[in-house]
Amino acid sequence: MTSEGRVWKFGDDVNTDMIIPGRYLDRYDPKHLASHAMEGADKDFASKVRPDDIVIAGKNFGCGSSREQAVVALKESGVSAVIAKSFARIFYRNAINLGLLVIASDSAAEVFKDGDMVAVDLGGSAVRSKDGTKMAPLHKPPERAMAILRAGGLIPYIKSSLGREVG
Amino acid sequence: MSGRTVAEKILARASGLDSVRAGEVVEASPDLVLSHENTFLVDRSFSEFGLSRPWDPDRVVVVLDHRTPANTAETARVHAKIRETVKRMGIGKFFDVGQGICHQLLVEQKLVRPGGLVVGADSHTSTAGAVGAFGTGLGATEVAGVWATGRTWLKVPETMRINMVGHLNRAVFPKDIALHLASKLGPSGADYKCIEFGGMFLFDISISGRMVLCNMAVEMGAKTAIVPADATFAAWSPECKEPPGDACRSDPDARFESTTDLEMERITPLVSGPHRIEAVRSVEEFGDVRIDQAFIGTCTNGRLEDLIAASWVLKGNRIAPGVRLIVSPASRTVLADALDMGVIQTIVNAGGTILPPGCGPCLGAHEGVLGPGEVCISSGNRNFRGRMGSDEAEIYLASPATVAASAIEGKVADPRRWLTVDL
Repeated sequence: MTSEGRVWKFGDDVNTDMIIPGRYLDRYDPKHLASHAMEGADKDFASKVRPDDIVIAGKNFGCGSSREQAVVALKESGVSAVIAKSFARIFYRNAINLGLLVIASDSAAEVFKDGDMVAVDLGGSAVRSKDGTKMAPLHKPPERAMAILRAGGLIPYIKSSLGREVG
Repeated sequence: MSGRTVAEKILARASGLDSVRAGEVVEASPDLVLSHENTFLVDRSFSEFGLSRPWDPDRVVVVLDHRTPANTAETARVHAKIRETVKRMGIGKFFDVGQGICHQLLVEQKLVRPGGLVVGADSHTSTAGAVGAFGTGLGATEVAGVWATGRTWLKVPETMRINMVGHLNRAVFPKDIALHLASKLGPSGADYKCIEFGGMFLFDISISGRMVLCNMAVEMGAKTAIVPADATFAAWSPECKEPPGDACRSDPDARFESTTDLEMERITPLVSGPHRIEAVRSVEEFGDVRIDQAFIGTCTNGRLEDLIAASWVLKGNRIAPGVRLIVSPASRTVLADALDMGVIQTIVNAGGTILPPGCGPCLGAHEGVLGPGEVCISSGNRNFRGRMGSDEAEIYLASPATVAASAIEGKVADPRRWLTVDL
C-alpha cells in the first residue's frame, strides 16, 4: 500500500468542524462535502487540492464531532493519506472504516513543508520526499486496522467475514 | 494480582470474558447502539450487507434531535426516510422530533443501566457514564457494522481516576468542574482514556451533574467517562431494586494510570474563551466581553437543574437590550417539568426565547446561528471556530447560571452577583 502526492500542512487539534463545518451536513453528497473540505482551516484547500495529495498535521487530528463526513470530504477531494502526530480516536476509526489511509508519525510535521512531493512507504514504515532529501519514520497502523484497509474498508471487511460464517 | 477498573469489568462482561486488562483488544457486544439523524448514513452502509434488520432491533436506539423540527426540505426527507427504516426494521426505541436529545433520553428514559456498554454514532455518547455505564462514540459506518454483527472491537482503555474532594462553592456547578479539567488536560490530555470520577463527595453531584462531567470528558479526548453507580444513583432510580454491586465499580486495588484529587473549594465560575476548550479563565477576567447571544441547552447543560439555575438568576430581571437569550430544554420531559415549576415562565418574562427540545444551534445548523462578528456565550460543549455559524463569530462556554447572568448584563458576567443564596 503506497501513496504519492503533494503535502498540505496543518497544525495541532484540527477538529472535524474545521474539516467539514456542521452547516454543510444537511446534504450527504460526497462532491458537495468535498467542495467544502478543510474550509474551517484553509479556504483555498477545496479548490486547490489535487488527487493523491497528502495531509500532514500535528497532534489530535480529527478531534470533536464523530461525523464521518469529515473522512468522506477528505477522501472525495482526492486526499490519499493523512499523516499526523496523533489522531482523535473516532476520526481514526472512521478513516480506517472508510478506507482512508491514516498513519501516525512523530516527526513528519516537523520534517515536511507545504508543497513537498512525498511518497508513503508503508512496508518500509517511512514517508520520504521524492527528491530523496527528507524522511520521517511512520508508526505502521495496527494489524486489525491494516486488515480493514486492505479489504477496502469496514463494509467489505464485514461482508467477507459474514460470507465465511454463512459459507 | 491487582483488581480491575470498572471500565475493565464492563468490557470483560460485554465480551464474554472472565477478565480483561487495559491495553487488550476485545470484541464487545454492546447493550445499546445509538444513532440520530445519521441513522440515514448507518442505514445506507447497512443496506450493503443485504440484511433485512439489525442483529437485535431491541438494542437499537434512534433519536431525531440534531435538526428538529426539520430545518430544510432535505432534512425533512431524511427524517421521513428514517421513520420508514425504523418501522420496517421493527426498531421500537425510536424517538421522533421534539422528544429530546439522544444522550438525555438514554439516561432519562432509563434505557442505559449501570455496567452497560453503549456505543453511538455521536461523540458525546460518553454521557451515559453518569449512570455507571461505558459509553463511547463511533462513526455511522461502524454503527452499521454493529447493526450487522452485534459487536465491534474496542481497546480496553487505561483509567485516569479523579477524586472529588470537598464541596462546591456558591454559583459553581459541574460545568465549572469540567472546564477546570479542560484547562488542565487540554483537548487531547485524556486521549483514548477512561476518566473515572470518584471520591465520597461525589454524593453531592446529581445524575444531571454527572452527565455534564461525562459529556465534557470527550472534549479532552477521552474514550469514555464513568461515574460508578452509588447511593445517589440508587436514590435517583428506586425502581432498580438491586443496589449496584461490585460489577459496577472499580476494585479498591484496581490499577489506575493516574489518580488525582480535585479540590472543589478551589473552583470558581469559569469560562472557556474562543476558540479552544482549554482557553479557560475565571469569569471576572472576561468582564469586558460584550455578547449578542446567550444560549442555554445541549446534551451538556439543557436539563431541569440547568434551567432552574438559570431561572434563579433571571427571576425578576430583564435581559439586556440587544441580547438574545435562547433556551432549548434537553427533552420534552425537561420542558414539561420546567413548565410545571414556572421556570419557563420566569425565562420568558425575562425576555428569553424557548426552542423545541433538541440540539438547537450548538452545531450551527439552525435556531440561533451566529453571524460574522457576533459573540455567543453558551452552556454547550464546543467553542471551535465556526461551530455555531460564521467563522468570524466567537463562542464562550460557561455554566447555565453564568450564561443567564451574562444575558442580563449584556456581557460575560459573574453569576455570583445574581445568585446570592446557595441553590
